[in-house]
Amino acid sequence: MSRRKTERLLSLVVCLLSTRRYLTAEQIRQAVAGYPEQPEAFKRMFERDKEELRELGIPLETGPLSPTDGEDVGYRVERQAYELPELRLEPDEAAVLGLAARVWRSAELAGAAAGALLKLRAAGIDTDEPGAGTDVRQGIEPRLATTEPAFGPLWQAVRDRRPVTFAYRAAGRSEPQTRELEPWGVVNRHGRWYVAGRDRGRDAVRVFRLSRIEGDVRFSGRPGSVTVPPGADVREVVRTWDSAPAQEHTAVLRIRAGAGYGLRRYATAAPGRPDAPGQPDAPGDVDPSPIDPWDTLTVPYSDTGRFADHVASFGADVVVADPPDLRDAVIRRLKGVLA
Amino acid sequence: MRPRDRAPATAGAAAGRARGQAATSAERLQRLLALVPYVVSRKAVGLADTAAAFGLSERELVDDLNLLWCVELRDPDPYCPIDLSYEGGEIVVSQAESIGRPLRLAVDEASALLVALRMLADVPGLEDRSALSRLIAKLETAAGAAAAPSAQVAVQVDKPTGDAAIARIREALTRKQRVHLSYYVPGRDEATERDVDPMRLLVVDGRAYLEGWCRRAEGVRLFRLDRILGIDVLDVPASVPEEAQPVDVDQGLFRPSADDVHVTLEVSAAGRWVAEYYPCESAAELPDGWLRIRLRTPDTRWVRRLALRLGEDGRIIAPEELRAHIRDDAAAALSAYANG
Repeated sequence: MSRRKTERLLSLVVCLLSTRRYLTAEQIRQAVAGYPEQPEAFKRMFERDKEELRELGIPLETGPLSPTDGEDVGYRVERQAYELPELRLEPDEAAVLGLAARVWRSAELAGAAAGALLKLRAAGIDTDEPGAGTDVRQGIEPRLATTEPAFGPLWQAVRDRRPVTFAYRAAGRSEPQTRELEPWGVVNRHGRWYVAGRDRGRDAVRVFRLSRIEGDVRFSGRPGSVTVPPGADVREVVRTWDSAPAQEHTAVLRIRAGAGYGLRRYATAAPGRPDAPGQPDAPGDVDPSPIDPWDTLTVPYSDTGRFADHVASFGADVVVADPPDLRDAVIRRLKGVLA
Repeated sequence: MRPRDRAPATAGAAAGRARGQAATSAERLQRLLALVPYVVSRKAVGLADTAAAFGLSERELVDDLNLLWCVELRDPDPYCPIDLSYEGGEIVVSQAESIGRPLRLAVDEASALLVALRMLADVPGLEDRSALSRLIAKLETAAGAAAAPSAQVAVQVDKPTGDAAIARIREALTRKQRVHLSYYVPGRDEATERDVDPMRLLVVDGRAYLEGWCRRAEGVRLFRLDRILGIDVLDVPASVPEEAQPVDVDQGLFRPSADDVHVTLEVSAAGRWVAEYYPCESAAELPDGWLRIRLRTPDTRWVRRLALRLGEDGRIIAPEELRAHIRDDAAAALSAYANG
C-alpha cells in the first residue's frame, strides 16, 4: 500500500467532484499533488488512476471543454451521479438489512455485501441496533453458498451481458462438451445453482447446472453483446426445466409395516379401500384380522426408471406388485448389484 | 483459483479484511470515502466505536483521519478541502467538501443485498414481510440503475409441504416452546418421533432447517423442514442446555467426525450425480466416464440404500463388510420377487 498513491487518488476524487466544468488533464495535474512533471509519465499514471476510480464505481465523466471545441476532452464527476441518494430506514428495515448482509458471508458476493453495508452505514444507517430486530430477525439464520467456481464468471457475464463458453458434462454423459451460451440469469433451486440462457450451438434456450461445468468459464464476446429477450423469466425457465413430469402412472406396492416411509408419504390410497389414507393403520383402528406385516399401497409416479431407482433403494421392505415393467426394472437393478 | 471480479472483490476485501493486513490504495480510498460520510451523518462519533465499525485499530483509524486532513488541492489557490478533529476521542468533521455523502452502490453491492432480501421474502411463514418489501423498494430506488442486474439472480426457497409446519416453528421460536416432531430420516427409512427445543430457523442454500436441541439424541440436530411429517407445539417451555453449540453455518452444515466410516465407491456416467448430491472427499475420473468417489459418513445405512438404487451403475469398493451387507440386501430383496 502506498500512502502517497492513496492521497493522490483521494485528492483526484475531491478535485473532480468539486468542479462543475470539465477539467483538462493539465489542470488536474496542477491541482492534484503527486503527479510527475514529465508528460509521458504523467499520462501513464493518470490513465491508471482513472481506471482505478472507474473500478471503484466512481462515475468519471469525459466531455468537451467547450461547446465549439470538440477536440480536447476534460474530466469531472457529477455529484448527483456519485452520491448515494438519501436513504432512511425504519428500525425493522435496518434489522432486516443486517440479516441480508449476512446471507453471503462466505460466498462469492460476500465482499460486495460487506461493501454495500459499509456505504449504507456511511449514509447514517445503523444495522446493529440491539432490540431493533422484530419478527424477521428473531431466530432466523439465512445463508447462501457458491462453492461452484463457475459462479463468479457467470455472474459477471450475466451482469455485463457477455456470452461465455465452457465445457459441460451433461447428466449421464462420460465426456464433456463445449457449449457457447448467452447467459440470461443464474438461479438457485433446491440448493443448486443453474445458469439459463440461449445456447448458441443449439439455437435454443438451455439450462446448465454449475456443478457440471468443468474447467474455466471464458467470455466469448464483448460486454453488452447479449440481449435478454424482454419478458424472459429465468426462474421460470429453470423451474420448467427442473420440474418432474406429470405423475401419469400408479404403482401398487407391498410395503413392510414400519418401513418405506419415503414411499408412504406419497401414497394415494390402498387398493380396494379408497377411503383409507396412505398411512399405516392408526392404533385405534379396530381390525380383528391377524396383523399383516405388509401394507398394500398405491403410489403415483412419472418416470419408470427413476421410480424404480427409488423403489429399489428400499430393498426387501418394498415389493412391486404392479405394473410389470416397474417390477422388472426393480429386479434388474437388484441383479445389477449382484453382478 | 477462482476468477474474481476486480471491483467488488476490492470492495469486500476492504470491508472484510482482517486487521493487520495491508489494504491496497484503492481499498483504502474506498474506506476513506466511507469514513467521512460515516462521521458527517452522525455529527460526532467516538474513535473507538468508529474503529470497530470499520474493523480498524484506533491507530489505523487515526492514520486515516490524518491522511484526510492532509489532503490539499493546489489550484487555483492551495486549500484543504477536509477539516476534521478527533480531540478527546471524538471525531468531528467540520468541512467535508464534496465527499460528505457515500458513493453510490455498485452493481455487485446492490445485487448482493437485493438477491438476499428477495430470498428472505421467499421464506415461507415469515410474518414480518412488510419490513422486507419496504427495504427492497428503498434499496431499489437508492441503487437506481445498479439494481437492475440483480433481477437476473434468483434463489428459490424450498417450500415444505404446507406452510403450517413453518408457522408452528416460528410460533415455537417466538414463544420459546418445545415441539414434538414426527420426522422422516431417509437414510434409515424411518419415521422418528422426538421432542425438540427449537433454537433457530436456518435457511441455507434455499433449504430450510429447524435447528434445535433434540431431547432424544441429547444434542443439537438439524431437521429439514420438508422431512417433517408432523409437528405439534407443546405446552412446555423450551430448555436448551448451556452446552448446546449452534451449528456454525459458515463452515457448512455437515462436517466430518473422527468416528466416520470411509467409503469408496465407483459410479458409471449415469451415477455421477452421486458426486454432486452427497458431500464427497474426492472424485477421481476413471475410464468410460466412471468416477471413483471417496466419502465419509457416520452411518452407512444410506450407502446401502444408495447401492441398491444404483444397481449396475455403481459398485462399492470399500469397506469390505459394507459390500457384503449390500449383496445380502440385494439378495433378500430379490427373493421376495422369486417367492411372489
